Amino acid sequence: MSKILIRNGRVIDPANAIDAVGSVWIADGKILAVLNAPADFQTDQEIDATGQVVCPGFVDLSVRLREPGHGQKGSIRSETRAAAAAGVTSLCLPPDTKPTIDTPAVVEFIKDKAEKVGYLQIYSIGALTQRLAGSELSAMFALKEAGCIAVSNASEPLANLLILRRAMEYAGSHNLLLMYRANEASLSGKGCAHEGAVASRYGLPGIPEAAESIALAQCLELAELTGCRVHISQVSCRQSVIKIQQAKKYGLHVSADVAIHQLHLTEDDIIPFDSAYHVLPPFRSEIDRKYLRDALANGTLDAVCSDHQPHDLDAKLGAFPETEPGVASLETLLPLMLRLVEQHPISLSQAIAVLTEKPAAILGLAAGALTPGFPADICIFDPQCSWQVNSQTWRSAGRNSPYWGQTLRGRVAHTLQSGRIIYALADNAIFED
Amino acid sequence: MNRHLQLNEQGRLKHFLTIEGLSKQLLTEVLDTAESFAGMSEQQVKKVPLLRGKTIINLFFENSTRTRTTFELAATRLSADVLSMNIATSATSKGESLLDTIRNLEAMHVDMFIVRHALSGAAHFIAQHSAPHISVINAGDGQHAHPTQAMLDMFTIRQHKKQFAGLKVAIVGDLLHSRVARSQIQALNTLGVAEVRVIAPKTLLPAQVKSMGVIDLHDMAEGLADIDVIMMLRLQKERMNSAFLPSESEYFRCFGLTEAKLKYAKSDVIVMHPGPINRGVEIASGVADGPHSVILQQVSNGIAVRMAIMSMTMSGHGSAA
Repeated sequence: MSKILIRNGRVIDPANAIDAVGSVWIADGKILAVLNAPADFQTDQEIDATGQVVCPGFVDLSVRLREPGHGQKGSIRSETRAAAAAGVTSLCLPPDTKPTIDTPAVVEFIKDKAEKVGYLQIYSIGALTQRLAGSELSAMFALKEAGCIAVSNASEPLANLLILRRAMEYAGSHNLLLMYRANEASLSGKGCAHEGAVASRYGLPGIPEAAESIALAQCLELAELTGCRVHISQVSCRQSVIKIQQAKKYGLHVSADVAIHQLHLTEDDIIPFDSAYHVLPPFRSEIDRKYLRDALANGTLDAVCSDHQPHDLDAKLGAFPETEPGVASLETLLPLMLRLVEQHPISLSQAIAVLTEKPAAILGLAAGALTPGFPADICIFDPQCSWQVNSQTWRSAGRNSPYWGQTLRGRVAHTLQSGRIIYALADNAIFED
Repeated sequence: MNRHLQLNEQGRLKHFLTIEGLSKQLLTEVLDTAESFAGMSEQQVKKVPLLRGKTIINLFFENSTRTRTTFELAATRLSADVLSMNIATSATSKGESLLDTIRNLEAMHVDMFIVRHALSGAAHFIAQHSAPHISVINAGDGQHAHPTQAMLDMFTIRQHKKQFAGLKVAIVGDLLHSRVARSQIQALNTLGVAEVRVIAPKTLLPAQVKSMGVIDLHDMAEGLADIDVIMMLRLQKERMNSAFLPSESEYFRCFGLTEAKLKYAKSDVIVMHPGPINRGVEIASGVADGPHSVILQQVSNGIAVRMAIMSMTMSGHGSAA
């Protein structure tokens, strides 16, 4: 493997409290040194990072690749290319593929595919229940052996609280992290928008905040009872933030993330019936957004994920309630984080931490930091570069972005995964198959 | 841009999808135009040649005999060729998408779609995706809007009360599921009534209903006090099955409009209902057929108001071209 020198960038590595202009040396796919030059380094390749930020590659807790099973929406190839272009070097794949990730065979299939497309760090999340049907436990030990990093029931409901309790006890026995999307299905029903003034005005079936916070409260109670380690995925509202804050205060071992678009958009943005804004959990009120932002700043929320959900055109063509929910959001992750830094008392270093060090810690990965000896997963980005979201710049197969056509600031220039350049903006190169 | 989907560059109607965003002036113009058509029904020759040569398709993804019939009559009296399609039972159940249905009909050189659909936003979607020369009129989409119904209600109110200023109006019943109520509230507030009250149990009121510009009440005595216009809403029977209400009889006791409850209102109150009425559920027969009821006038007015809206949207397209 080649020796790479990344020269003269602003190196930001929150895990090691580094924020200084300097260089990073890479050898054998690993970080060799940061800021202080190692002896006898024969550079094979040099990347000039002048004016750019050099930070750990992003660790994304939720990315739908749409493969296996939903080839019309995306593939492991198309979506990992989008991930590379977004600076994401490790990603978690939720189990709601088709077939679901409830057998080692599916995990193996994904690994093979990942190898073929040259994007190695796809972490499958195993199904908590068989076929995600919510009633019978999956073979969690086998899934863990096959490489699943956590278990989850994705967005599917569980039959009852007893199943959740047993699933947590069982996952805990194998020291598996439970990733939990809090949603009480009987309260959210067929809702497609935040239950509030906008949904009322447009006659859209609403989803109350309580649908999330009640399910969240139940899960936290059971975490206490079972000792299972829980990560709450894609929190959307004020009441959830308050409950997580309380749980943490009383010493419960729980973490939580928020999807990047929830930190920016609200119910008011869904404009009359624009299906690009149809997402679950729905965009909530201005107050909820403020709570989410504050919670990110004060650490109640640990990480930010893309919650990337690419769709084919047909999925978003129809009357708002019948369109499929979800936003293709990998490639807007960085610019929207930088926008947050501009708008809110969250520092650039904090913004990078919630994309790198923090999610890596939740998963227990040796990633998300520029620590010597760690895999050289690196994102180099130009914080000032403006670019338009359009078919020329976009790599995901899903064009369902609320930001389509808009000009955003902040663009990834290079992405390295284990010391291999998997994306370079300048020559528009992409990793080989 | 999206917000002005239904207006052309000159601010004239080219679609009629929702009351929201339309000015008082424009709504008044609809009412004035309707008035000019209203006298026609009594004449020997009931037709004007305004839409001669135009093809109008009634696109009903949800059944409604009355609304469809009044649109058909309105189109016929404007000399248009009109075809009604019940899509609820045809194409889409074969897996054809909404958009494919529209594209196919477009290919037949249609000038106007009148759309009724069970999902909120369907009429907007069709307007956005239809060829530029086509006008779309919303004949009811999900729980969102039923703007022609609201306008015929406004027409009826103006007939009886002459002006909107100073009026106190109560809307009673299942507002949560009602596209009619949403359009009525917007029209009443735009036309400048003094007060809009909504009266229903909380299970049948939308979240943050106050933000729609109404006063919410749960008691008929309080709600109907000093009221000029009562607009009743239809109660769907299936509401009893999903824990919105305990029973029809309890609903009738609390919120059904009876002659006794009518006494809370002003002596010259008018009683309206978009139909079809459930006698003994939301309204007593004595009231529905009584001297305060203007329910059948609403039906007759529906034709003139729909003629006005159809001719205005069609000419809005003409001046844009």
